[in-house]
Amino acid sequence: MQIELRDIRKTFGSVRANAGISLLIPPASIQGILGENGAGKSTLMKILSGFILPDSGDIIMDGSRVVIHSPADAIRRGVGMLHQDPLDFPPLKILDDFILGRRGAVFPDRRKAAREFRQLAAQFDFDLDSEAYVDTLTVGERQQLEILRLLWFGAGVLILDEPTTGISQPQKEKLFATLRKLADQGMTIIFVSHKLEDVELLCSRVAVFRQGELVGSAEPPYETKSLVRMMFSRDLAFTGRTSVPPGGPILSLRGVSLEALRLQIRDVSFEARAGEVIGLAGMEGSGQSVLLSACAGLAQPVSGRVRLGENDVTGLSYHAFMKRGVAYLPAARLEQGLVAGLSLADHFILSEGVGGIFIDRGRAQDLASDRIRTYNIKGAPSHQVESLSGGNQQRMLLALLKESLSLILLEHPTRGLDIESTLYIWSKLRERCAQGAAIVFISADLDEVLQYSDRVLVFFSGRVSPPLPAEGLSVEKLGGLIGGKGWDVLASAAVAHG
Amino acid sequence: MTLEIALVGLAGVLTSAAPILFGVIGETISERAGVTNLSMNGKILLCAMGGFAVALATRSILLGFLAGAAIGGLVALLLAFASITLRQSQVAVGFVLTLLCRDLSYFLGNPVMGTTGPSLSMLSIPFFQDIPVLGLLFFRQDVMTYLSFILVAAAWVFIFRTRPGLMLRGIGERPAAAYVRGANVNRLRYLYTVAGGAIAGLAGPIYSLSVKAGWKGTISGLDGIGWIVLAITIFGGWNPFRAAFGAYLFSLLQWLGLVLQPALPGVPSQVLQVAPFPLMILTLLFVNIGNAEWVERSLSRLPEPVRRRVARALRALKATPPAALGTPFTKE
Ligand SMILES: Nc1ncnc2c1ncn2[C@@H]1O[C@H](COP(=O)(O)OP(=O)(O)O)[C@@H](O)[C@H]1O
Ligand SMILES: [Mg+2]
Repeated sequence: MQIELRDIRKTFGSVRANAGISLLIPPASIQGILGENGAGKSTLMKILSGFILPDSGDIIMDGSRVVIHSPADAIRRGVGMLHQDPLDFPPLKILDDFILGRRGAVFPDRRKAAREFRQLAAQFDFDLDSEAYVDTLTVGERQQLEILRLLWFGAGVLILDEPTTGISQPQKEKLFATLRKLADQGMTIIFVSHKLEDVELLCSRVAVFRQGELVGSAEPPYETKSLVRMMFSRDLAFTGRTSVPPGGPILSLRGVSLEALRLQIRDVSFEARAGEVIGLAGMEGSGQSVLLSACAGLAQPVSGRVRLGENDVTGLSYHAFMKRGVAYLPAARLEQGLVAGLSLADHFILSEGVGGIFIDRGRAQDLASDRIRTYNIKGAPSHQVESLSGGNQQRMLLALLKESLSLILLEHPTRGLDIESTLYIWSKLRERCAQGAAIVFISADLDEVLQYSDRVLVFFSGRVSPPLPAEGLSVEKLGGLIGGKGWDVLASAAVAHG
Repeated sequence: MTLEIALVGLAGVLTSAAPILFGVIGETISERAGVTNLSMNGKILLCAMGGFAVALATRSILLGFLAGAAIGGLVALLLAFASITLRQSQVAVGFVLTLLCRDLSYFLGNPVMGTTGPSLSMLSIPFFQDIPVLGLLFFRQDVMTYLSFILVAAAWVFIFRTRPGLMLRGIGERPAAAYVRGANVNRLRYLYTVAGGAIAGLAGPIYSLSVKAGWKGTISGLDGIGWIVLAITIFGGWNPFRAAFGAYLFSLLQWLGLVLQPALPGVPSQVLQVAPFPLMILTLLFVNIGNAEWVERSLSRLPEPVRRRVARALRALKATPPAALGTPFTKE
């Protein structure tokens, strides 16, 4: 299906999210949409998928002008969209979520649906059990489920909004192969991302957005420099690892074993020292999240001890960990970290306990504007958190962290963020380290792991490597370990050291 | 002989649970759609009075029941309009409605108070009624009791096995996602709130035309039942079968209170009358224990095979309220 957008405009209050965008997307191709956070990519995609109506402008599909009134209307016309936060139903079974909204007889043929689900999943090599509950899935798996569902609902145009932010490297390769296959079959794919490498690897054409405008386009072979210039119209500086000599141990795990749904982790020992950054690398679902929740007191080890500083905290609750200066920032920002419906100022009131029983609105307002400025958040104290873009939500989470923390645990701290926000977030985290905090983080981005960690723990289906100094690792070596290669060498080296 | 007396008593438990079942299923449907209808207590009274008055005036029991459903649906429509269209708090509007309905029932019911009217008769099912034990228990009931059995099963099938039922769960869990999948969220919420209200409204005439036939104003003994219905809906985890378990448990405890009274002369009769309420709450708390975080935490210490089995059992018991319960929906 060919899609033409003509002079699409959309403003939110004073923000011009789309300022007159015209774009022609031919069928059987992968159109990349590139731009930093807040550039207006998601807004345009929501317009195309019927989620919001444009203020003005036309959508022309295969030569005829259409008005897309609702997402259901869009999918009837064959336009399916995968949202940044998957719009699914966490308490339902996967199969129910899969069927929900599909038209048909009053009693859906569950067996047939399950069979078709399995076939689709197998085609993409997605490992999903149709009888499991959606809330047991990782964000990445929930995205997979949504992709399968959209295909099953008959999407001929597939819009993917930052899809690679949730999935592991091999899953990403699988996805890319599938998208190419679908494009070859005549499907129109719109791939929204702020990741240059993904776009360059996958897309047959790229349109670059900046501040609500289409500022340029490119075709392969891509020139990274010119794309970056279009995205930011400026150059960016890197802050890498700083070598602060690590202090005393803040977190130490001794022989910790954990058991999760389809996974067992045996006998993990490591220490995170003051000022140190530990990266947890591995495919999604290899055990990193479980280990990180154990460090936060959210998962309980079946054996082994967890210590915070001098204290044995094995078996204590998250609350007890929090009281000892541990902060945990999970991956699903809006679901676990921020409270939808509350304003930015409200969040600061909650986290700081401003003014005892009665809320001192004035002080809260000052505090909020102060933090918003320090953390460079694009939003006002009165805005609700869910109206912030992903990068700004992440900054908000950082801004909410208490002043004195000894241990910061992060899941995908920069997932879905553009380069500028990523650099900013890490500079802020580095400041925390300089103040004596230890950081343990999970990332699917190997470059990020190598660039910011002092030491790295690699996970491969429940196996955990000893802490490896990041200097001695290369992307190739780390990638191999994540994929299960090179572990025997690692084991013998550890024995030689030990 | 004593067995027969016990069986008749238990059959009575099934009969007296019927109105509670209608109330609980109606409320479950409404709450599954995301609308809490707190008007239940007053509504049951108003529907009981209204149903009785209509049946008395028209000499038609059927019309009496229809009147009960109509009043229930109308009250729910008011709530839907206030909460969905005017976006007012469901809790506040529900409270006002419950008080309003109760007072209206006492006031409007004055002319028919104390009169004897028609009442539902037993409808034995031929052949089945002669099955030993079961016949006496299940097949010598009135028509509304039979319907209450069917209602529970039908509601379960609808919610968990049909396409519209799936969408019903969707609009109560995550209306934005349901909207994306083609639901007209607010229209469906109207529909299910009114339908749930009408089903719950039938509880009224079941009392006034069968279980406690007649209308006796403030001494009808119906005030308070609506709150029990709301509690059972919650403890029932918005699942018809679990809710039915709660309703039967409550009726059984009430009956035991009556039966045991002569056998336990030392215990003040008030204690036995009130006992079902705390007992009920304790039992249901126990059923819901899988929801507690500390349970989950202590479980993780068990050996893996045992833990997995216990965890699966608890997950099956686990009940979470519809995530969007009480929150209005707007498309962005
Ligand atoms: N519903 C909304 N209400 C108010 N502002 C919004 C809303 N959606 C997006 N915006 C604003 O519009 C701009 C573009 O956002 P978006 O399209 O999400 O950017 P991108 O997807 O490129 O990161 C941002 O400044 C964002 O804050
Ligand atoms: Mg976006």
